[in-house]
Amino acid sequence: MQEILFYFFAALTLIFGALVIANPFSRNPVTSAMFLVLTIISLAGLFVLLHAFFLAAVQVIVYAGAVMVLFLFVIMLLDLEEEERRKIKLAGLVAGLVSVGAIVVIFVRSLLATKPGSNLPSPTTEGDTAALGKLLFTNYLLPFEIVSILLLVAMVGVILLSKKDLK
Amino acid sequence: MTVGLEHYLIVSALLFALGLLGVITRRNLLVMYMSLELMLNAANLALVAFSWFNDNLNGQVMVFFIITVAAAEVAVGLALIVALYRKRQSAHVEDLTSMKL
Repeated sequence: MQEILFYFFAALTLIFGALVIANPFSRNPVTSAMFLVLTIISLAGLFVLLHAFFLAAVQVIVYAGAVMVLFLFVIMLLDLEEEERRKIKLAGLVAGLVSVGAIVVIFVRSLLATKPGSNLPSPTTEGDTAALGKLLFTNYLLPFEIVSILLLVAMVGVILLSKKDLK
Repeated sequence: MTVGLEHYLIVSALLFALGLLGVITRRNLLVMYMSLELMLNAANLALVAFSWFNDNLNGQVMVFFIITVAAAEVAVGLALIVALYRKRQSAHVEDLTSMKL
């Protein structure tokens, strides 16, 4: 059952991810954004298979909810009609495919050569909210507070950047 | 055949490659930004897989921080794109050549 679910969600993630960057039917950024939402939701499925329940929920709420709504707002704000008329340049496509293919070959070959995690004991630690929260408020208390300051700084910066008369 | 760490890492590598391909080939700032999000998510998947197979939660805390920072980064980046669009009326990287020699 676990294997079937893994292959199901992995295939969904990769197919939707491919449709984000190159959709044969529509070049509209809105379609890309919707497929990115689907990619993120199938990734949340993979997180559940890895027993990271809290992160799966955060992934759906923060990414698929907040971040993608922000993306859609900006796409609708900017008028991107002309995007659909532009063609992808062949030279860029070839260069991209060659370099990315080389990187994938390096990744996969090194993974298959070393076989990481083949002699580990079977895992038992559940990533539920209680365990993760306990860790966040003890070992990782300082990074947690710094991240909250980072969010405040980002918020102030965004408000400053979106003022009408940007100096 | 049981699903091991390397299966998750291969999915993560492929997803990262898709994101990189998107950044290289697409010329629209917003789609490039979405490809960046794909790459971040690929790294998150690798970290969660490491965390589960190593039997401790530190990797998941890392992913939690990455999601937070990514949210802040998206907010700032999109504000920059909107400010740029106001000045140039374009969200296309080939129209932004004022720093080219």
